[in-house]
Amino acid sequence: MTTSAATLTRTRKRGDRLGDGVLYALTAAASVVGVLVVAAIVWRVADGAWPAIKVFHLAFIWHNDWNPVTSRFGARDLIIGTVVTSFGAMLLAAPLSIGIGLFLSELAPRSVRGPIGTLIEMLAAVPSVVVGLWGIYVLAPFDAQHVQPFLSSFLGWIPIFAHGQDKVESTVFTAIIVLTIMTIPITSSICRELFLGVPTELEEGAIGLGATRWEMVKTVVVPAVRGGVVAAVILGLGRALGEAIAVTQVIGNFTPLKTSIFTPGDTLASRVANQYQGAPSNLAVSSLIYLALILLVITLVANLAAQRVVKRFEFQRTGE
Amino acid sequence: MEPISLKATGRGRRRLLVNRAAEAAAVAAAGIAIAALGVLVWSVFSRGVHALNLDFFTKGPALFGQAGGGVAPALAGSLLLVAIATAMALPFGVLTAIFVSEFAPRRIGDQIRLWLDVLNGFPSIVIGIFVFALCVKVKLPIVGWGRHQSAMAGGFALAVIMLPLVARATMEVLTLVPDQLREASYALGVSKWQTVLRVVLPTAIGGILTGTTLAVARAAGETAPLLFTSALAGQLVDWNPAHSVNSIPLTIFQYSEAPDEALHQQAWALAFVLIAFVLVSSLTARFLLDRSRRKLGATR
Repeated sequence: MTTSAATLTRTRKRGDRLGDGVLYALTAAASVVGVLVVAAIVWRVADGAWPAIKVFHLAFIWHNDWNPVTSRFGARDLIIGTVVTSFGAMLLAAPLSIGIGLFLSELAPRSVRGPIGTLIEMLAAVPSVVVGLWGIYVLAPFDAQHVQPFLSSFLGWIPIFAHGQDKVESTVFTAIIVLTIMTIPITSSICRELFLGVPTELEEGAIGLGATRWEMVKTVVVPAVRGGVVAAVILGLGRALGEAIAVTQVIGNFTPLKTSIFTPGDTLASRVANQYQGAPSNLAVSSLIYLALILLVITLVANLAAQRVVKRFEFQRTGE
Repeated sequence: MEPISLKATGRGRRRLLVNRAAEAAAVAAAGIAIAALGVLVWSVFSRGVHALNLDFFTKGPALFGQAGGGVAPALAGSLLLVAIATAMALPFGVLTAIFVSEFAPRRIGDQIRLWLDVLNGFPSIVIGIFVFALCVKVKLPIVGWGRHQSAMAGGFALAVIMLPLVARATMEVLTLVPDQLREASYALGVSKWQTVLRVVLPTAIGGILTGTTLAVARAAGETAPLLFTSALAGQLVDWNPAHSVNSIPLTIFQYSEAPDEALHQQAWALAFVLIAFVLVSSLTARFLLDRSRRKLGATR
């Protein structure tokens, strides 16, 4: 009787040890696969770009031809286009997102905070191809007929706002607006979390000393989370840099770039997306992958930087 | 004697005005975002709803120059692609999350989390290029994967997008499972693997499923990963994973730049179908997630 009980415990122990080991191994293997995918992406993209790297070297980055006939490829204007559209979008999206974050964390009555926050996050759920479709047929005509003439009548003396000869619908400006709409939900929801994380005692202290709500925000809330807001903007920027579909639908896919943002342009991601129906040669394909590699490096750096800022910020806040 | 006035004057008045202006700006910012969503949804609804009929859902595209026709191949293709992607991403995502929250030391868990976030930050077009370079351009010994575009390749690209979403959502739910449940199970002499499979996972299953739904909603709308992996498709409904299939987002993309007005109509109608699916499923998932979070939080 006692022996059988002892055997039972022993076999169960063995089974348990085996089960623990198997589950550990399975889950660890899955995690390794996840990390390996990141490495594989970098490796395969770099490998696919290799033929183009061998031909054009780093000069690819500052050369500007894109000519399948002469097999000359370069990325300069695409990189400039990417930087202009994403930074332009963040110039608009950052203040709006901070405003939305403040509204949702400090201003709005509690009962509407949830629903309005959800609605703004739903904007992030709208697929980019739908935003692009809307961009082509609703936003672009509106921009061309109303917004761009209006802006260039005021600011037309600055070269980047100069009006083109005729009303162009596909413009860098429209791409900036589309990207603004797409990045607002990301940046604003992080901002809201940051502002909500500021200790209430600090806020109440400021109000108690007679500060208005705006002064409280300016002197207590914003200084407490400045790093986090920067990280939120960088994360939004990462999204804007990599957006391919919506941009390629509205930007007009044209290089060389002109000075004015009311003319067509192109970006790295948009050029890659636009050429999907078949590049004419192996070198052209490889050059497209080279573009993707540049994009990969830019977004990787941006994301890691944002993560670092967030980390440091969490460290400061929790003191762990 | 002059009556005492409670009206702010001078500096105080200016401070109040500045405050008022700042508040108005914050309200306006939120208003702009909501207006953008409203205008977007309304445009898609008002332009897309007319083209919806039975033919639209059941027929293939009309021959050149003919009226009518539908988008059945795209609907079927999207279903197939998302099913393949979910079948790949769900097990890996959940297992990764179990490893991080139940087994891994904190340092390693943080590293895995970091790389999942990096993966989530990769542009989807880069993931498309990656799968193109991995499965489409080269020949692999696995049947149906080599050298040409296929639903498997497209599904794999979508799975790469879903993986970090599923894993992060599952991790979040697993950390919400109260430690008392685990400790109670250990106190009864139950081993770790049984505790994980029979106590922790069943408690978290609601959250895992809703997290997966959010990931599915995201994957269903992705176009860029499919451009190079499953774009060259026929005009018929095709369920073979070794073939390249059509999909809803890709069809919207192609039709939106087509010269034919009838195709624009169909693009709007498809956008309406897609947006309805995405918004309804993410709203429902979010609602359920909030509820299960609250339930778990309450037992804490």
